[in-house]
Amino acid sequence: MPKTIFEKIWESHVVKRAAGYPDALFIDRHFIHEVTSPQAFDGLRKRGIPVFNTSRTTATADHNVPTKDQHLPIKEALSRHQVETLRKNCKEFGVELYDLGHPFQGIVHIIGPELGLTLPGMTIVCGDSHTSTHGAFGSIAFGIGTSEVEQVLATQSILQYKPKTLKIEINGRLGKGVVSKDIILYIISRISASGATGYFVEYAGEAIRALSMEARMTICNMSIEMGARGGLIAPDETTFNYIKGRKFAPTGTAFDKKVEEWKSLRSDEGAAYDKTLQYDAADIAPMITYGTNPGMGMRVTDRIPTVEELKEINEQQSFRKSLDYMGLEPGSVLLGKPVDYVFIGSCTNARMEDLRQVASIVKGKKKAEHVEVWVVPGSKQVEEQARKEGLDKIFAAAGFELRSPGCSACLGMNEDKVPEGKYCVSTSNRNFEGRQGPRSRTFLASPLSAAVAAITGKVSDVREWIQD
Amino acid sequence: MKEKFSTLTSTAVPLPSENVDTDQIIPARFLKATTREGFGDNLFRDWRYDSTGAPIKDFVLNDSRYSGKILVAGKNFGCGSSREHAAWAIYDYGFRVVISSFYADIFKNNALNNGLLPVVVSDEFLAKIFAMVHQKPAAKLTVDLESQEVRLENGDTAKFEINPYKKTCLINGYDDIDYLLSIREDIRTYDQAHS
Ligand code: SF4
Repeated sequence: MPKTIFEKIWESHVVKRAAGYPDALFIDRHFIHEVTSPQAFDGLRKRGIPVFNTSRTTATADHNVPTKDQHLPIKEALSRHQVETLRKNCKEFGVELYDLGHPFQGIVHIIGPELGLTLPGMTIVCGDSHTSTHGAFGSIAFGIGTSEVEQVLATQSILQYKPKTLKIEINGRLGKGVVSKDIILYIISRISASGATGYFVEYAGEAIRALSMEARMTICNMSIEMGARGGLIAPDETTFNYIKGRKFAPTGTAFDKKVEEWKSLRSDEGAAYDKTLQYDAADIAPMITYGTNPGMGMRVTDRIPTVEELKEINEQQSFRKSLDYMGLEPGSVLLGKPVDYVFIGSCTNARMEDLRQVASIVKGKKKAEHVEVWVVPGSKQVEEQARKEGLDKIFAAAGFELRSPGCSACLGMNEDKVPEGKYCVSTSNRNFEGRQGPRSRTFLASPLSAAVAAITGKVSDVREWIQD
Repeated sequence: MKEKFSTLTSTAVPLPSENVDTDQIIPARFLKATTREGFGDNLFRDWRYDSTGAPIKDFVLNDSRYSGKILVAGKNFGCGSSREHAAWAIYDYGFRVVISSFYADIFKNNALNNGLLPVVVSDEFLAKIFAMVHQKPAAKLTVDLESQEVRLENGDTAKFEINPYKKTCLINGYDDIDYLLSIREDIRTYDQAHS
């Protein structure tokens, strides 16, 4: 029977399937960070058991860390305690930790791929919903809760029911100024923030194939924002070329052998999905969100819907509440709306290509006076590379600074918070109420769109800023 | 071992908003604890308190008419982050059941792993519950896990689905980890064959 890539990977990882139980699924790679792991390590301690296989476990500090003066002790006591707890736990249990100051430190979903720890055909989990990022390599990667982190630490396995499959095809070619962030914001705006709940997504089609690995990661990263547990893209030459030569990737003949194996990781002709959706790349424009969930997005030139235009009556109340929070009028346009902050960062868009795109727009220009701009690289390696390429100088000349890596204003756990009532164009993945700081207001957009907003100080259409 | 769950009869707290995400349930800046306890104080923090820390009067947790161990919430409850702290906060506050018409996947798992029962009812039945509670805050609901039923005072009843494995775990207070530990040798064999 023809199978999807998802089924192939899932089936090959079932350790035990027993009547009345979910599948016990083996986990190839487990990533850990300071926020969702302490209680899990406590659980192991209480049971008196070790980490099952430390060589499959990698930790980093990212959520809580400052993005300035990372060499100094963390000022905020609770954050410091959490990072120190991670250090202590990793030491006690023998888990590799890329701590602050380590050349491999960074946002957990950025360092995995960058180090060649993320490979096709793997099952990957982390106590973090954006673990879906790793699906870009053709792996089953999904976020888990802390109880499940404990299970994986203790047994390198997890109990899971198999989700349904959803294929999303993007056919045709993207227009100018349209990048992968726009693809995913477009899809979510079409199917809503809960439209893929219960499904695991496979992205396919010409427009997806044409994307670089970094662009693919942006798309898979936001699968969770439509409710999907994860999303993957079948590996191809682009994938293999990206992996080749990375720190922990297989080398030499072992690599060639792996590539042969990975080539079979594709959905068979005629494989059945529970659901299929198709979109035309030409229909996608630079996108922006206007509300308080990622499904509330539109083309940057569109207007916000009116209450009457909503399909479901019972959504009207939530919609009004959301626009109230954002301080926006139903039916109005966002183009030209002044903004206060621009955040370029997060596991969605803080890789080299993202920073290069931003630099391509701001080179030789200055940021608008009233706008505060934060550029936070996704990892130490990205930071170093950006400096090597001179991007830090381009940013400095434009009036903003390249900081040190971490989650930063994506979730505002450290001091990088957008103040109450202020508007921020952000390359991150969530525009929830208070996500970037209590009562802050977020417009999600691509790095290109964010860069233009930094220059103009307003929500702008990037297409007017680039030549054909 | 978790607390066991069988039947609960209680008044309910209505929260009709849709797409309540885990950042609302427990904002990120309160995730810094390294234990599981105490998150209830910051449950719905930014809806419950203003920036000076004063309670926001019209938020339901500050409304003295409503109390109880059942939280009734709008569609797509618990979307967003995987933070289990959301389930801990709801449980720590004193809730044992959430009723909604739709949940995000990870939240549902997290709730079940912590003895918090996420009950799914139809949009229509959910509307009925909201209407009943708004009209009469002292009205009680019964959630019966054994028979998989929600019963309202006026006799209206709805069946709910729960997967049999999770049901057994809740009723007996079992953890997934107990099962996984029992098959550790199988897992070891698999690991060695695939490294
Ligand atoms: S960058 Fe944001 S979304 Fe990504 S792991 Fe960090 S907090 Fe989560």
